[in-house]
Amino acid sequence: MSIEAPAPRGIVARWTDGQTIPVLIVVLVIGVFWYLGAMWLNADLQRDLFANGGKTEYTTAELIEGTLSQERPKLPTPGQIIAELQKTVIDTAPTSKRSLVYHGSVTLSATVLGFLLGSMLGMVLAVLVVHARSLDRSLMPWVVASQTIPIIALAPMVIVIMNQFDITGLVPKSIIAAYLSFFPVTVGMVKGLRSPDPLQMDLMRTYSASRMQVFFMLRVPASLPFLFASLKVAVAASLVGTVVAELTKSEDGGFGARLLAGSYYGQTIQIWAALFAAAACAWMLVTAVGVVERGVSKQMGARP
Amino acid sequence: MKIRITLRTFIAVTAFMAAIGPYSGPEILSLFDEEPWSRLIFFLLGYIAMKDARGEEQPASAVWNMPAITAMAAFEVVMLGYGRAAVNAEWGYFLAIAAVWLGAWQVIDTIIEKISPKGRHVWVLNIGVPLIFGLTLLLLWETLTIGFAVPKVILPAPSAILLRLVTSIPILAADFVQTVQGIGAGYVIGCGAGILVAVLIDRVPFLQRGLLPLGNLVSALPIVGVAPIMVMWFGFDWQSKAAVVVIMTFFPMLVNTVAGLAAAGHMERDLMKTYGADYRQTLLHLRLPAALPFIFNGLKINSTLALIGAIVAEFFGTPIVGMGFRINTEVGRMNIDMVWATIVVAALAGSAFYGLLALLERRVTFWHASYRQGAA
Repeated sequence: MSIEAPAPRGIVARWTDGQTIPVLIVVLVIGVFWYLGAMWLNADLQRDLFANGGKTEYTTAELIEGTLSQERPKLPTPGQIIAELQKTVIDTAPTSKRSLVYHGSVTLSATVLGFLLGSMLGMVLAVLVVHARSLDRSLMPWVVASQTIPIIALAPMVIVIMNQFDITGLVPKSIIAAYLSFFPVTVGMVKGLRSPDPLQMDLMRTYSASRMQVFFMLRVPASLPFLFASLKVAVAASLVGTVVAELTKSEDGGFGARLLAGSYYGQTIQIWAALFAAAACAWMLVTAVGVVERGVSKQMGARP
Repeated sequence: MKIRITLRTFIAVTAFMAAIGPYSGPEILSLFDEEPWSRLIFFLLGYIAMKDARGEEQPASAVWNMPAITAMAAFEVVMLGYGRAAVNAEWGYFLAIAAVWLGAWQVIDTIIEKISPKGRHVWVLNIGVPLIFGLTLLLLWETLTIGFAVPKVILPAPSAILLRLVTSIPILAADFVQTVQGIGAGYVIGCGAGILVAVLIDRVPFLQRGLLPLGNLVSALPIVGVAPIMVMWFGFDWQSKAAVVVIMTFFPMLVNTVAGLAAAGHMERDLMKTYGADYRQTLLHLRLPAALPFIFNGLKINSTLALIGAIVAEFFGTPIVGMGFRINTEVGRMNIDMVWATIVVAALAGSAFYGLLALLERRVTFWHASYRQGAA
């Protein structure tokens, strides 16, 4: 956790006290090491390339330059990845199958659909669990236990089985995404709905509030911080679910399909570009949930 | 007499109808030629539910009637399924399934009603109820796949999965060993490095402020995507899986340990200062123990992540062994029962390891508020 400045100070002091500068420096250091790593990892390949090209005499500068501009390097440089991103995101038409925007939209639509489905289901189940003791006692232990198993292993099977029912397109991928996002939401929401302490519940009783009123005026507002924390986990999980689903169902495109194609043909730059784009999407989704959270808690009258 | 509609009423109705309905094919001549024993049991189930529903004064031992007869009915309905109903299930069979399901629900309700969560028999609540629920789900799965004649390539019955599991233990064991090698090595290195780096950057607040936001960010990213790259770098064998696991487990561990190291209170730190303890002593005797709950939290999160990482990495290429490889190829060959068997192994391994961690945590952090007895 960062240490917060006691009073507003100058811009420079705020920057050095805050996280911006340290993060930038750490990123910079990682970048430098990245370039060094690329030189080191790609050097062997580059020597081979020179040897095959009949070039026996070369300077170190030439070697280094070569390692940073290979077509299929072991480790592409950030520059190469950014160039590839620019080529596939900006320069290519979004409708083309070579465009990362196209693949991103495939992945994102499945992710968002799955996330909405899964979190809705998770919330409904949480409400049921809080109000039905038999469900709480019998179902919840299994929901919690299911968090310890690699649910993602089900993904290929779900896709193939759905194929047999002629369910194709977005839905099978969304179902996997929904499945992955459903458990964290249930667990978090149940915790949140239970979070009002006995004093608050007693207060509601002295107001002779009905069960409905207790639910909507106390339990739901109290659950929101828990809900949004788990929604952030869930949206990241559903993106992972979609990407893994796309490994099995690669004919529709998506980041997973790009990863798989890249790994088949040894196109490392393409893999890294897909990875960076997927990371950007994950960050966007989590941020979007955060924005909604801020809006909702403002509506609820929470102090920042 | 006023009739109150409760769960017991539904049990009585479905059980009586299951006692007279046809179980299989319409060509049966006389209803009571078909499985008279099952019919008797379902009639008894209906009778007991009806008697309970009336709410009359009954001897204390009567509380055992419902669980006992439900268990018998469950046995009967499975037997019915393996018998003639497998060929041509009729509505009587489905009502019998429904009666058993409602009966199990009633048993759970009764247990929850009778046993206080603070009493001596709390284990019945904590273990018995989920167990009954799980068994009921398995029963529904088994009998319904038989009743609706679900093809094996879509959803095999639990018994088929179990059979496959038992008959292919050598293959599953080889897969398990292969995958666990990668997971084990990756988990130890990843978690170890996470803790180590956290302790190292603990003295440099600047690095903390720089690394932590990145760590939090990375935790939300789809890191599994590095799997193809690691497979290219480290080859098809378990080393590449270990590398994926290292990357996946490092950041959660780092973030959790850093949070844990900050958990020791000011009072305790001041106390250590008054003892004249140096940095190393404070770290070893106060701050690391205080960080243990957080460290265990990271270890638990990572146990699932490690399994996911290794299995997904195997989708990108392995020598022809490993759990992820098995799942991927058997799905392609439509051997869905083998896929389920592998998933069962993965699930058992995952929950067993998680359980071990939880036990260890209880042992090591017995002093923590969440384990102290009688606090609440």
